[in-house]
Amino acid sequence: MALSFKKQKQGFTSAYMGIYGLWLLAFVVLPLLLLLVESLQDQNHHFTLANYQAFFTSGSYLAMTFNSIWYAFLITVITLVFAYPTAYFLTTLKNKQFWLLLVILPTWINLLLKTYAFIGLLGQGGLVNSTLTAVGLHPMQLLFTDWSFLLVAAYVELPFMILPIFNALSDIDPLLTAASRDLGANSWQTLKKVIWPLSMPGVKAGIQAVFIPSLSLFMITRLIGGNRVITLGTAIEEHFLVTQNWAFGSTIGVILIVAMVITMLLTQDKQKGGRS
Amino acid sequence: MKKFFLSILAILLVVVGLVAGKAVFDNSRKDEVTGEKVLNFYNWGDYIDPDLLTKFTKETGYKVNYQTFDSNEAMYTKIKQGGTNYDLTVPSDYMVDKMAQEGLLAPLDKSKITGMNNIDSRFLNQTFDPHNKYSVPYFWGTLGILYNKKKVSADQIDTWAKLWSPQFKKQIMLVDSARDILGMTLISQGKSVNDQNVADLAAAKGKLDTLMPNVKAIVADELKIYMAQGEASIGVTYSGEAAQAMSQNSDLAYLVPKDGSNEWFDNLVIPKNAKHKEAAYALINFLNKPENAKQNAEYVGYATANKGAYALLPADEKSDPAFYPSAATLDRLQVYQTFNQEWTQRYNDAFLEFKISRPS
Repeated sequence: MALSFKKQKQGFTSAYMGIYGLWLLAFVVLPLLLLLVESLQDQNHHFTLANYQAFFTSGSYLAMTFNSIWYAFLITVITLVFAYPTAYFLTTLKNKQFWLLLVILPTWINLLLKTYAFIGLLGQGGLVNSTLTAVGLHPMQLLFTDWSFLLVAAYVELPFMILPIFNALSDIDPLLTAASRDLGANSWQTLKKVIWPLSMPGVKAGIQAVFIPSLSLFMITRLIGGNRVITLGTAIEEHFLVTQNWAFGSTIGVILIVAMVITMLLTQDKQKGGRS
Repeated sequence: MKKFFLSILAILLVVVGLVAGKAVFDNSRKDEVTGEKVLNFYNWGDYIDPDLLTKFTKETGYKVNYQTFDSNEAMYTKIKQGGTNYDLTVPSDYMVDKMAQEGLLAPLDKSKITGMNNIDSRFLNQTFDPHNKYSVPYFWGTLGILYNKKKVSADQIDTWAKLWSPQFKKQIMLVDSARDILGMTLISQGKSVNDQNVADLAAAKGKLDTLMPNVKAIVADELKIYMAQGEASIGVTYSGEAAQAMSQNSDLAYLVPKDGSNEWFDNLVIPKNAKHKEAAYALINFLNKPENAKQNAEYVGYATANKGAYALLPADEKSDPAFYPSAATLDRLQVYQTFNQEWTQRYNDAFLEFKISRPS
């Protein structure tokens, strides 16, 4: 540190880096290491790989992992299907920022409150079923189904998909689409050959922002899914709170982190040498 | 760029202002909380009549700082981590045992406690706390069946085994608790809720799996909301939760199956690092008085452990078999014994496997 103070500007930079480095060390690296160390211990704090062995030989945990990935995948696909046209439509509007604000607004509301609101909507006597009854149809079982779980999870995650796609679409120079039209491409070709490739960074960022948190959803699985949908998040909660087996909870945590790193790598933007 | 820095500066100023405001506010509160005549009471949410706390302050001069938790485990983790100075808290039976074993509780000085003769002797000297070294009974309750009278009659569900009947397809909600759900399954097989036999647990798990077609959802606190809304016709839950659902929906009723069930007790205990033990004893003695315990029971809706208070209750409440079961039912109720980590895990793993198995 003493050396770096020779040149003031360099000094500032290294001071920033130092603070940032310390921050990273204290709040990112250390906790991750603790998690890893915890996951490599048995109940008597001896080193062991038994937790990992137990995880990968247990049918139920593998099934849960598969479930988590499958549902996270579905949630991502659903949000993408709705987010892309929405984001595109938003870029064409006059008061973009205002409409965007409306999209972001729900993220200001507590997740639990939003979930409880859906209980009121989807229940036997809820708004949806009373509407169905009113138009002469039979009320349906909506809560505690895969569909209701996917609906609520996708609703919660939707803004995180729209935002990056919207940003990527806004960055596209309108002259490019004009040029594409000029050169004889129809709307579909313009979308496919110009807009879609140029918005890829946003799509990838959106996939990361939705898929990764979806892997470890846990409150919605119980409140809306009625525990008919079980993901790894549920298991982690249980191991830390109920069985107090923090080692195994940490093991699942480490496995989830690895899954997230893989997702990041797969969706990384390679052409520009990594945007992050 | 300048605008950007200005807005950052404005945000920083607001944050500093908020932090300073909070410090001032905390300080003004601290005078109340750290003063001599104070009681830091760590209790379940809405688990005492607030009017009683006002009355207590009036009578004794102790101001009550009331804080809440929502599960035994959350309370245990917070007290175990240290840095807290709660003077009185309310663990359930097995948690009293666990906390006592880990040295988190202060032994009670019996010479400072009055009114123990008001407590029904049935609740004293339990296995989780022999001779009530650490705890004074507060409320108690059972695990049972909350049902919708319009759809189900009591004799259709008066034993646990009847829940397996095919007529209840997709109609049952279970409370999300490994110990309770495996416990009721063990009872239906004539076993103990404290069974620690690998084969028995496997058999119970096998039987529980066959219940899945009847299970609509496995939920926690929200079970009472769903039942009150008529989402399902049968819910396996606790008596106090049932009472709250019944107060919202008059079609609901609660029963304890004939073949027995789990019985639980919540108890007042003083954590080891309590700073105002005199205040804690004062509240224990205050709550041991029959008239106070009766008022509390009527507010909270759980069954009181205070026989003096029970005698004061209106006749229809006293004779409600759902909340004050008959002697014959009482005989068949079982109390949870503390499991070690290994058995807690076994029960939870079995329950997790059950939750994952889905009927197609």
